Amino acid sequence: MFRRLTRKTYVLSAGALLLLLLPSIMQLVDEPYLISLFSRILIYALAAVSLDLILGYGGMVSLGHAAFFGIGAYVVSIFSYHSFDGSPLLTWPLTLQGQENALLTWPAAMLTSAVLAAFIGALSLRTSGMHFIMITLAFAQMLYFFFVSLEAYGGDDGLSLMSRNTLAGLDLTNDTTFYYLCLTLLCTFLIIAYRLVHSRFGMVIRGSRDNAKRMQSLGFPIYRYKLVCFIIAGAAAGLAGALIANQTEYVSPGLMHWTRSGIILIMVLLGGTGTLFGPVLGAAAFLLLEEVLAIYTAHWMVYMGPFLILVVLFARHGLYGIIVGREKDNG
Amino acid sequence: MLLVIEQLLNGLQLGVTLFLMSAGLTLVFGIMQVINLAHGSFYMIGAYVGATVTLHSGSFLLGLAAALLATAAVGMLVEVTVLRRLYKKDHVDQVLATFGLIMFFNELTRIIWGRQPLFMDVPSWLSGSVEIFPGITYPSYRIAVIGVGLLVALFLYLLFAYTRIGMQIRAGASNREMAGALGINIKMLYTLVFGLGTLLAGLAGVMAGPILAVEAGMGESILILTFVVIVIGGIGSVRGAFLGALLVGMVDTLGRAFLPTLLRLFLSPAYADGAAASLASMSIYILMATILVWKPRGLLPAHA
Repeated sequence: MFRRLTRKTYVLSAGALLLLLLPSIMQLVDEPYLISLFSRILIYALAAVSLDLILGYGGMVSLGHAAFFGIGAYVVSIFSYHSFDGSPLLTWPLTLQGQENALLTWPAAMLTSAVLAAFIGALSLRTSGMHFIMITLAFAQMLYFFFVSLEAYGGDDGLSLMSRNTLAGLDLTNDTTFYYLCLTLLCTFLIIAYRLVHSRFGMVIRGSRDNAKRMQSLGFPIYRYKLVCFIIAGAAAGLAGALIANQTEYVSPGLMHWTRSGIILIMVLLGGTGTLFGPVLGAAAFLLLEEVLAIYTAHWMVYMGPFLILVVLFARHGLYGIIVGREKDNG
Repeated sequence: MLLVIEQLLNGLQLGVTLFLMSAGLTLVFGIMQVINLAHGSFYMIGAYVGATVTLHSGSFLLGLAAALLATAAVGMLVEVTVLRRLYKKDHVDQVLATFGLIMFFNELTRIIWGRQPLFMDVPSWLSGSVEIFPGITYPSYRIAVIGVGLLVALFLYLLFAYTRIGMQIRAGASNREMAGALGINIKMLYTLVFGLGTLLAGLAGVMAGPILAVEAGMGESILILTFVVIVIGGIGSVRGAFLGALLVGMVDTLGRAFLPTLLRLFLSPAYADGAAASLASMSIYILMATILVWKPRGLLPAHA
């Protein structure tokens, strides 16, 4: 037990140190353009950790998580579009102008995702198992088609941002600054999620995953607990979406296509479900593997597909399980 | 009136295509308890094989036969190599592994057939149209698709209700161990059921070939519709799949056809068209959400 704990502490500190020093390392080896790739990894890691919260701890297999990711991205871009255009975003019931300030648009993105998660969650959580998977998937596709047919904001072609958002005192157009901002947000969410799953709330969520009937008999309103968990995860995915919109300065309905949900799910499983830190590893592994395979062949998916099947069949506990070893307290 | 009947038939045609897809998938869900995202890939394989053989041999029937053989064979091969190992695993694992299968099959078709879509002609003996009511004609090919779909529905009903193998499948679905103990070869049965499901998906794929463009990734758009059908109908229920497929086919087709006109009654034309396009593409999901609020297990759940 003690040895395992040491190993976990080692791995986590080494990982944190690596992420902290990464921009300097990239400067040293003279590949500064890679910083934006690593920002992307951190952003997807945030989305993957939020999915792990409901999947690994709540047992809710959502195949529609990209919906919240995409909504977050669209909220930021629509604010930015109107800010540039000068036209009001809304005139009724209240007047809303475009906005470039990250301190306003990012919370707005999280709020919108949370409201959406409340709606989708309230309906989907009436079911479980296979039904839940398919319903979350269908709702995400509904949003996808909604944005495809939303001509006012680019429809199928998506929407380009004129510039990244502004954040008091920080220059977000600088890739290194942006990287550290993503890192800070990811770490903050990891700490919040860690505290959450080890709190009473987290115990109820994990209990309802393992034995819903018993938790219900003990008097816990598990539907409400699960819904709150779903909303928190949705809001975090919305923040990740706001970040990705700023990072690529472009959004399209493709962000919420169900294959995107599938990719986020892959990251969680590749890293290890119910580990919180695992999905960060999973996101890094998936995106780096994609990048490397893409150098050699345009048909990288033909290798990625069988690789995923092998992961399912032979590496049940993900990369985190391989590196850190199986924890007693893995949720 | 003319337009209404034509659109009703279009809805019926989409409905039976969806039924062919969802019948196989709902069996796999209901009997093997496995969530198979790769079902759309068999639709794609069917369309590609059918189109290629038809183009080379000039005979649609030969293409159809080749496609059915190919999808059933590939389906059973996938069951034996991958799916079989997933039956006892979590749904998450099944989702991930079958997602891997989709990636593999999509990219493989791109390698074999390239990125350009294939186009298939309607066979000459079905290229005309039929006068169904005085003054109303409808393409014979689409009528043939509707006919085939309804025949398959009848065949499945007879298969499950009156044959020995149908009885064994039902027995395997309700209690795997018990059926196995009574001497039914469950492994073989599962492979056959999976093969039947992929064959039906292949059939849907070939028949869609002359109507749509045959391209990599064509399986995914219909896969999602199939999921909606199954959720509406109730997982594992073939009757539910039939009802759900017709509902989804009708709502989707009629929504796209008539919502713009309907909304123009209340809204300005420019605004109405945009709103109608959004609403029409979301209509089946709204239908699904409504039905779920009312009946969370679907309209005709299998083990009620």
